[in-house]
Amino acid sequence: MSLIAAEGIDKEYQAGEVAVKALKGISFEIAPASFVSFIGPSGSGKTTLLNLIGCLDKPTKGQLKVADTDVLHLDRKQSASFRGSNIGFIFQDFNLIPVLTVYENIEYPLLMVQSAPSSERKKRVTALLDAVGMIDQKDKYPDQISGGQKQRVAIARALVTNPKLVLADEPTANLDHKTAYMVIELMKTMRNEFKTTFIFSTHDQKIVGEAEIIYMLEDGEMKGKEVKGGNNNG
Amino acid sequence: MGNLFKIAIRNLLRYKRRTLLTASLITIGVVFVLVFISVSGSFKNLMIGQITDSMIGHLQVHRKGYVASIENLPLNLNIKSGAITRLENILNKQPEIVAYSPRIKFGGMFSNFVETTNIRLNGVYPDKELKSVPLLASRVIEGKKILDKGGIWIPELLAKGMKVKLGDTIVVVATNKDGSVNGKQFVVAGVLESATGPGGRDGYIHIEDAIEVLRMEGMAGMEISEVAIRLKDFGSLNAFSKKLDALLSKELNQQGKPIFELHTWEKLSPFFTIARMIDVMTFFIKLMLIAIVLISIMNVMIMAVYERIREIGTIAAIGTLPGKILNMFVIEGFCLGIAGAVIGNIVGIALIFMLNILKLTYNFGQQKGIILQASVNPYDLVVISVTVIIVSVIASLQPAFKASRMEPIKALRHV
Repeated sequence: MSLIAAEGIDKEYQAGEVAVKALKGISFEIAPASFVSFIGPSGSGKTTLLNLIGCLDKPTKGQLKVADTDVLHLDRKQSASFRGSNIGFIFQDFNLIPVLTVYENIEYPLLMVQSAPSSERKKRVTALLDAVGMIDQKDKYPDQISGGQKQRVAIARALVTNPKLVLADEPTANLDHKTAYMVIELMKTMRNEFKTTFIFSTHDQKIVGEAEIIYMLEDGEMKGKEVKGGNNNG
Repeated sequence: MGNLFKIAIRNLLRYKRRTLLTASLITIGVVFVLVFISVSGSFKNLMIGQITDSMIGHLQVHRKGYVASIENLPLNLNIKSGAITRLENILNKQPEIVAYSPRIKFGGMFSNFVETTNIRLNGVYPDKELKSVPLLASRVIEGKKILDKGGIWIPELLAKGMKVKLGDTIVVVATNKDGSVNGKQFVVAGVLESATGPGGRDGYIHIEDAIEVLRMEGMAGMEISEVAIRLKDFGSLNAFSKKLDALLSKELNQQGKPIFELHTWEKLSPFFTIARMIDVMTFFIKLMLIAIVLISIMNVMIMAVYERIREIGTIAAIGTLPGKILNMFVIEGFCLGIAGAVIGNIVGIALIFMLNILKLTYNFGQQKGIILQASVNPYDLVVISVTVIIVSVIASLQPAFKASRMEPIKALRHV
């Protein structure tokens, strides 16, 4: 049983007067608790594909099911609810909310998206702060912590709602290699601990090696898949 | 909801200078409106008080058709003795009335035996008149504040012009409704301070003297020009006016037509137009406040949305519903409005308090050195505050709606 099932996905968008075909006939399946990477050069369609899986955008053609839901037919509000319940996001620029502390940033999806009770929020946020090693920094604001720490907070925020899937678009692009490696290791640890599927895009070859399943994209087409071990049933 | 307020306040504090400038602009607007309302309201109330309490009264009853010819003081349109009794029976039963004063008004010649001029005279029951227009006594700048039979209160300008002093004897000559002329000597018992408006040049005599001058057939044959009425509560003027009008309209003459007509002070004094102009000016000042709040809040919220597009994309991507994003921005505008309204009210009240301490003076007509007594009605405070807050929310709606409708994918790409 797959968590994500994509069949013949095309994505076309307008760039001025020119129609650009960003994805062409993409098909794949990803199993639960996988640790997957989309790789490829700039403009290969990695981000577009992550946006489609994350219900931030819709394919022009094809079938896409995420967590048994046909996401093509969700309206704006349903998409938001679906994302809030099933998907966590990690961004290249961390995208923490600057007016909230580390603790409040992690708490935000539970509070504002899922309206979880206070005791539940406290338990889950504290557990994740502990898991990502940020418990001592919980009262600091994003501008008071380093890039690596920000990305750890972003990982905790993505996981706090217990999503089935976490999508990370170039999560290490703004980090030095050592920190990037630590972030990927943390994501893998979180996958093992919470059994959440992680999909990340990257063009950093050293980081790619950490993925268990690698999909290679080029010019919007799926050029290959490499299975390196771990939970490789995708 | 508390968390939305927390985030809104922190976002406002994030751009301290901008928030301070916007809140200051709203504050200045609120202060300006409050001070204007209190000062203009003080002037308006003084003006109305002077006119109603020293001359006109709150309401007046005349015989039907009298007011249309009021400048001529037509004696043939006076209320006849039978109708006076019917009118008094009605007025005596009204608990809202403090006092009423029947008046005989007529024009005559005023002579100091050397020169002659014209005068408008009011024949009144002094006790009833002073209860109906209590500030009249304060207008007596020379002489007794009690008007006895045989005495006359004359306007200051007339006294100066005719070189008449307190205690001098003068003659009043008048024509009655039948056309016969009669004269009577009076002793100047008081000089009245000139007042602005109708009645400002009127003299006063006892009603029994007026009956004698006009050769009415004693008290039984007395005919009066008008009845001035004073109410316990000036605020109930319109309601009571409707009530009394309904009662008076039932009093019909032999032809089956109404005997009386009722007018509030507003219909009898040109100063009502000035009072209305003050109200219109106040309305436009309030409109300016609304414009200030609307533009400043909308401007700051459009900026806030523009600067936080990526943030909006982030919170939308992680599942925040559009309605909640809308609320987030509307609450920011709401908080700005509250801050402006509260600080504005505090500063405004403090400024009004200071104005009263300074005891600023101004002139009204012939009255000099009237002390400005600015005061603000709590109702105005509430209306202004609620208006500012509602306008702040309305001004935030468009930017907030834009934020809530933003496509997360486009917002996240924003640089």
